Amino acid sequence: MRATTPSQDFIRGIWKENPVLIQMLGLCPALAVTNTVKNALAMSAATFFVLTCSSVLISSVKNFIPKEVRISSYILVIATFVTLADMMLQAYAPVQHKELGAFIALIVVNCMILGRQEAFSSRNTVYRSLLDAVGTGIGFTIALIMMGGFREILGIGTFFDISLFGPNFEPWVVMVLPAGGFLMLGFIILGMGVYEQRKQAREAHGEAA
Amino acid sequence: MNDQTLFSIFFSAMVVNNFTLALFLGLCPFMGVSARVETALRMGLANIFVLVLTSLSAWVLNTYILENAPYLRIISFIIVVASLVQIVEMVVKKIAPVLFRQLGIFLPLMTTNCAIFGLAIFQTNRGYDFLQGIVFAIGAGLGLTLALVLMASIRETSELSDIPAIAKGTGLTLIIAGSLSLAFMGFAGLL
Repeated sequence: MRATTPSQDFIRGIWKENPVLIQMLGLCPALAVTNTVKNALAMSAATFFVLTCSSVLISSVKNFIPKEVRISSYILVIATFVTLADMMLQAYAPVQHKELGAFIALIVVNCMILGRQEAFSSRNTVYRSLLDAVGTGIGFTIALIMMGGFREILGIGTFFDISLFGPNFEPWVVMVLPAGGFLMLGFIILGMGVYEQRKQAREAHGEAA
Repeated sequence: MNDQTLFSIFFSAMVVNNFTLALFLGLCPFMGVSARVETALRMGLANIFVLVLTSLSAWVLNTYILENAPYLRIISFIIVVASLVQIVEMVVKKIAPVLFRQLGIFLPLMTTNCAIFGLAIFQTNRGYDFLQGIVFAIGAGLGLTLALVLMASIRETSELSDIPAIAKGTGLTLIIAGSLSLAFMGFAGLL
């Protein structure tokens, strides 16, 4: 068991080990459904729900799952919650459900969720697994909203359907197309690289002085 | 039922709606094993094989079992995909040990490959029949292979060129993928 405090469990997933931007997990949904903020939000909400519920359930029954079949058991639990999320979205947000389409079902194969179960929930208490899942879920949401926000602002010129630039804005249509997803994530990751490099340079400089 | 012609299904799955570059399915192997052309090719071929089998079993499930219980679709598909990969692994190991060694770790990893699961879901949503499903699977598999091999050859070349340290790795891979995806958009008018 790792010696981390509960608050570290929570904060880690948000930025330092952000599932999408640092660990590169769960890229499918992060690229496919982030052409608008609304879709990104619906997707993160569904993923958040599935992740939190499965983490809590799996950490509470972890002692009853034989080691040999643990992966299949995790996938079954996740698939059950995905079915629930699918039905709930269909009932309460039918428009978003239609927009996201098959990608709701594809939450099952989101490696981020299975990764959290294998790496954390299967060997930690319910409380800490909950914190970890919520933190990771928030990190995922931040990454998706960032992607969705940038792509919607540049590609359509709106944010949450509110027009930002007036009627004369010429949208970068490519940003809402699939290619834009790859490019945007690439630029965000490059930007983070530059930021990290500067921070390290500053720290090194501070130590020298 | 879906009345698309077989050719349009095949072509659409392979280039116009390429699984990797237009639908973002199967990105993990796309990022992970696209460093060498040879591995990429092998991975693509393994994918085609499993995709066709998945399409077959998804069709059987849909036609004979899930008619009365569509809400069990996600759960039953994932179980079938997982056990299918396991069975394929065992059979290949027994019958063709050479091929098994060549595929290596890629075979078991296919369980969590979204392209496989996505194929089953798309096939169901579009109501493809038996033959359409098989053609769809082969097209999608060839599309994956094409994207993987293209990506691998670009990466092999870019390894030797002078790139700023900060851009090496994922960032560059993503931007190359973006450019490839842009190029594939050119096929959009064909259908």
